[in-house]
Amino acid sequence: MKKVQFKSSYSQYFFLAPQLLILLIFLYWPIIQTFRDAFTIQDAFGFGSYFAGFDNFKFIFTDPSYYTAFKFTIIYSFVITLITGSIGLLLAVQANNVLHGKNVYKTLLIWPYAIAPAVVGVMANYFFSERFGLLYHLFNNLWGFNWYEDVFDAYIYVVIAGSWKQISANFIFFLAGLQAIQKTVIEASIIDCKSNIRRFWTITFPLLMPTTFFLIIINITYAFFDTFGIIDTTTIGAPGSETKTLVYKAYIDGFKGLDLGSAGAQSIMMMLIVLVITIFQFRYIEGKIHYN
Amino acid sequence: MIRYIPSTINHLILLIGLTIMIVPVWVIFASSTHTSLFINTNGLQFSLGDNFIENYSRVLFKKAGFFNEITVLKMFFNSFVMATGIATLSVVTSLMAAYGLVYFRIKYASFIFWLIFVTLLVPLELRVMPTYIVISKLNLLNSFAGLIIPISASAIATFFFRQFYKSIPEELLEAAKLDGTNSWKFFIDFLVPLSKTMIAAVFIFMFVFGYNQYLWPLIMTTTEEYWTVVMGLKTMYGSISHRFAFVIMSMIPPLVIIIFLQKWFIQGIFQNK
Repeated sequence: MKKVQFKSSYSQYFFLAPQLLILLIFLYWPIIQTFRDAFTIQDAFGFGSYFAGFDNFKFIFTDPSYYTAFKFTIIYSFVITLITGSIGLLLAVQANNVLHGKNVYKTLLIWPYAIAPAVVGVMANYFFSERFGLLYHLFNNLWGFNWYEDVFDAYIYVVIAGSWKQISANFIFFLAGLQAIQKTVIEASIIDCKSNIRRFWTITFPLLMPTTFFLIIINITYAFFDTFGIIDTTTIGAPGSETKTLVYKAYIDGFKGLDLGSAGAQSIMMMLIVLVITIFQFRYIEGKIHYN
Repeated sequence: MIRYIPSTINHLILLIGLTIMIVPVWVIFASSTHTSLFINTNGLQFSLGDNFIENYSRVLFKKAGFFNEITVLKMFFNSFVMATGIATLSVVTSLMAAYGLVYFRIKYASFIFWLIFVTLLVPLELRVMPTYIVISKLNLLNSFAGLIIPISASAIATFFFRQFYKSIPEELLEAAKLDGTNSWKFFIDFLVPLSKTMIAAVFIFMFVFGYNQYLWPLIMTTTEEYWTVVMGLKTMYGSISHRFAFVIMSMIPPLVIIIFLQKWFIQGIFQNK
């Protein structure tokens, strides 16, 4: 906060009011409702509801389909983080090295970042449809790929659909990270070490650690939340419900299944996960000071 | 001499990357310029056909047949209203709230700070059901207000404007106070002009964010009148090459922003994360 400030008895509330009002009505009200739902059990016929304590939570923890969604979400975020991170880093290193056409490459590699996940999903859908999907038939010829029935194949489908656009995000941040490394450091390391590859892993990559850590969080958040549009336009959870993410499952249970208690409890579990991720993120922001 | 060999490898890898990014979109675009009959018999196409104008104008202007009532043109209009509304509302409210937080001595300052920033923990996906119920209680289903306000209820932009204000030297306010400037004038005459670059970046970022909304318009619009482009992808029917054309058209606004406003958009990404 500033040392010099305005001293006023009411102006500050005028400036804060619009945002606070919107947050209270459209955020806090729904959140309080979520907590109420999570500790309530609705009568199956909608005639009434009663306080249920932690029953909804007990229910989701004994529900095998919750574990399936949990397992898938963990695998999905891990694989997406790994794939998009390494391809993004590889491309960023190349783009940082070339002398000509840097900006052309940059523009052509970052545009998928701005495309909506749902649009990406619809597009992926065409490449993986049984009718004329090019990738479907390519993979089908190779190992009998059939995501309609095989869980692993369905994983491949949603991983490809989910990674495509996120490669751009990783590329942008890694390129920015590489450009922030001081020229003198690189020049000094060239004198000491002739091998490009060894120099990268011993000098450049450690200097990129803050970016890498930050991107891990960004990618996990993406896989948890933003992939909703992708799942909803590609497998819709197929073959059974093995490719439902936690967010997607909560939506299906709440909005389609009308089980508000379970959906509320699932949302609160997700909030806890986001809380953990955010704490890591703040640690990172504090940690970053030491690097600069 | 040695430099040239690695540089060739660099370009080669980058070209593979470009291929992965561009070819899928190209295939859908090329296929969208053929007749559906041709696609249905021959599959996806890599080369252009000659039905471009026919397919695209049909999708854009034709009423019944693609969707029931609404034209794609109207859906683009809805998307633009929604995206502009979200960008405007979140920039204005965040700019003001950040000003209130940084430049005033407030009672319960840390309480208000947490009240605003705890909301970052709860993305819309987690509160979509109860938000729907709130919106319907307020009679805002099927309205632009209902499309815009819940998405604008976000503290990301506030966080960023707050950081920016904190970096402005104290002397600015001291000097302004000596001149007898009041808080409103200081905000309008000094801070808003100083924040112009940031405002543009956040606005463009929030515009793309708003345009790309999928789940929220999907569940809160029950009449076609308020359908947006991205949610329309889920509900569209019609022949295959018309659907391809619609997918390609839905990508144009973000593409235009990336190509022409790239600098601002990237700045927006960095400030919003």
